[in-house]
Amino acid sequence: MSALELHDVHKSFARVEVLKGIDLEVADHEVVCLIGASGSGKSTLLRCVNLLEPVDRGRIVVGGQELTARGIDVNVVRRRIGIVFQAYNLFPHMSVLGNVTLAPRKALKLSRADAAARALELLERFGLADKRDEYPDRLSGGQQQRVAIVRALAMRPELMLLDEVTSALDPELIAEVLGVIRELAGLGMTMLIATHEMGFARDIADRVVFLDEGVILEQGPPDEIFTSPREPRTQQFLQRIIEAGRL
Amino acid sequence: MARRQGERAGFGINSRRSKILDLGGEGGRSVAVAVVSTLVFFGLIVLLVVNSTGWPEVKRSFFDPDIFGASFPDIADAFLLNIRIFAIAEVFILVAALGIAVLRSLPGPVFFPLRALAVVYTDLFRGIPTILVVYILGFGAPALQIGGVPRDPLFWGVVSLVLVYSAYVAEVYRAGIDSVHPSQEAAARSLGLTRMQSLRHVVLPQAVRRVVPPLLNDFIGLQKDSALVALIGPVEAFRQSQIEVAGSFNYTPYLATALLFVLLTIPLARFTDWLIARDRMRQR
Amino acid sequence: MRRALLLVLLLMALGVAAAGCGGDDGDAAGATTAAESTGEASCEKDQLETTSAGKLTIGTDNPAFPPWFEGGAPKGSKWEINDPGKGQGFEGAVAYAVAEKMGFARNEVEWVVVPFDQSFKPGPKSFDFDINQISIKPERANNVDFSEPYYDVNQALVALKGSSLANAKSIADVKDAKLGAQIGTTSLTYIDDEIQPSKKASVYNTNNDVISALKAKQIDGIVVDLPTAFFVTAVQVPNGTIVGQFPDAGEQEQFGLVLAKDSPLTDCVDQAVTALRDDGTLDEIQQEWLADKANAPVLE
Repeated sequence: MSALELHDVHKSFARVEVLKGIDLEVADHEVVCLIGASGSGKSTLLRCVNLLEPVDRGRIVVGGQELTARGIDVNVVRRRIGIVFQAYNLFPHMSVLGNVTLAPRKALKLSRADAAARALELLERFGLADKRDEYPDRLSGGQQQRVAIVRALAMRPELMLLDEVTSALDPELIAEVLGVIRELAGLGMTMLIATHEMGFARDIADRVVFLDEGVILEQGPPDEIFTSPREPRTQQFLQRIIEAGRL
Repeated sequence: MARRQGERAGFGINSRRSKILDLGGEGGRSVAVAVVSTLVFFGLIVLLVVNSTGWPEVKRSFFDPDIFGASFPDIADAFLLNIRIFAIAEVFILVAALGIAVLRSLPGPVFFPLRALAVVYTDLFRGIPTILVVYILGFGAPALQIGGVPRDPLFWGVVSLVLVYSAYVAEVYRAGIDSVHPSQEAAARSLGLTRMQSLRHVVLPQAVRRVVPPLLNDFIGLQKDSALVALIGPVEAFRQSQIEVAGSFNYTPYLATALLFVLLTIPLARFTDWLIARDRMRQR
Repeated sequence: MRRALLLVLLLMALGVAAAGCGGDDGDAAGATTAAESTGEASCEKDQLETTSAGKLTIGTDNPAFPPWFEGGAPKGSKWEINDPGKGQGFEGAVAYAVAEKMGFARNEVEWVVVPFDQSFKPGPKSFDFDINQISIKPERANNVDFSEPYYDVNQALVALKGSSLANAKSIADVKDAKLGAQIGTTSLTYIDDEIQPSKKASVYNTNNDVISALKAKQIDGIVVDLPTAFFVTAVQVPNGTIVGQFPDAGEQEQFGLVLAKDSPLTDCVDQAVTALRDDGTLDEIQQEWLADKANAPVLE
């Protein structure tokens, strides 16, 4: 049983078809990096997995449970899947601790003390314990994104989806976030990561998936994809990346 | 060249200090000009008024100190009724309006009747003039003589104010909810919070904070509308001053009432300003 | 900087000039003092300083209620219930009698609508005199001129038939009732000063509102002048009854015509009213319009 399966997933916005039949499998503890140009459908794919967007056609299965079946409780599903966005989206009216403990308290019904203990352990691990009472607007972009990751982790998800989580950060702050992700991978978290950071993807991924105009054009181990891509469009994409100095 | 630039920088710092009054320009001189121009401006107005032909009569009719002193205690006493009315009404308004705004935001076809109800409600009660609602409910409801329906005009007066103001305040809340970026709700839902939970813990706290100024604005308006309850009998401050005015045929008591309302409004207005400023600082 | 200073100085100069050009305190009274200082003012019609030359402008409120005004109002008229121009009803008749005494023919009389609280606002009046069941009170006389009284008025109590208040025989029986009256009336003053009920009276903008409150049983009884009480129980509240009339509080309450403060017409109007009283015209008018509206038990 895989951690995540997508079968022939289609998704359109208005008349524009963004996902044109995605078939993808992610095994337990696997780290899969999604690469591709903007507009290729990476974000949409991730948002479909946690049902933020309903799919038009196809099936999504997480840990054996079919998410696209009728009568599914969306909220229960989402508690098993963690997602972190490019724009961190921390709750500005709550402290870091508040942000991290909100969902465990309300959705998982943990007591205030238990939720706090869990939160502090995570914050400690990722070097944010001293920020527990700070409000998001006092943190740097890198710190906010790390808090966002901790917030998702506090729900103890089976699967983590990371949507271009470093794209909005200043270059000098990217490393700290990548460090967190690397650590998560080391801990065995199953992850599906959409990213522009090719070097990082090469480093951390078990498998790289190249998405082009709504279809998976090519996928394979990072060495294969980055050094000898088969498809011409993959080559073109990587060429542009190299020219931009990002690989 | 460098020295010139340095001087300019110096003036810049000075002007920041005087920014509170927004005098702009250069420190001490601008204060002097501000004071002089203010004196001249208001001095001119006073001179114009005091030297107009009708001034003695207006002064006698509106600014009689003896009548002011004589009528003030009763008016202040009646003002307590206004305070009771708007204090009680405001509590219910804030709650009811939130309910209506939430109803309005429920998604999906199954909730259509509730959304429609909320729309009809806000259209109706923003449409009917408050004075009519007070009359219709104040005299009409008790006249139906249905058992158990209270007759007290104070009750119906407060009910009327609540019905009308909830419609306005619901729209204020709605604007606040709409102003919270959808990514906030997306983040909350992604964590597995239900719609209601994300509304309650993430969206509404932010929405309400944003609309505190217009909420307070409506509250200040409500304070004046508390006088409408007098139409159906109870003697509040405005009515009391009306009684005094009619007794003496002198308008000074109205001034007393106006003063009481203004004294109430000013602290609230400054409080609103303080809240806005504090919020702005928080968001730095 | 220099330009700013110049501007300020210019403004100050303008200010001083404006102060110098303004009128002074005595101007408003100037015209009257001139007239008074010539000795007895003449009441010849063509010497009267009416608002409209050659015409007498009289004000009253709209609607003009019976029995003060009668005769109905023609369709499309701005007057509701009654058109004062018909000269019917007690005050309608009195108004034309005064006009005649002052030398004005019927077609030289014009009527304007003057809501009760407009009759005493400061500034020039739109009427020469106002007739609207206004009681003469010393505090009011500080701000308007009153004519000689033309009617002695008593307050009365109206309640719903069958209510406990309907059986009241004395003021003591009334003290615990919730009473209502119209704003600005001596009826309201009578409640506050003489009856002094245990519950504060309810106050309404118009008589219609007072009646609505009575019908809704939000108040137990209403206080109005006696003739109005007859109209109320006859027409507006058919299941209402006149419980009784109240005794005078100290001095007899009286209606007077209202004129602008220090109006040049006051003396002449007074002469007219006094003449009407002396030659019995006022009594006749009262007999004609109010005879059947004068009897009610007195609540001592």
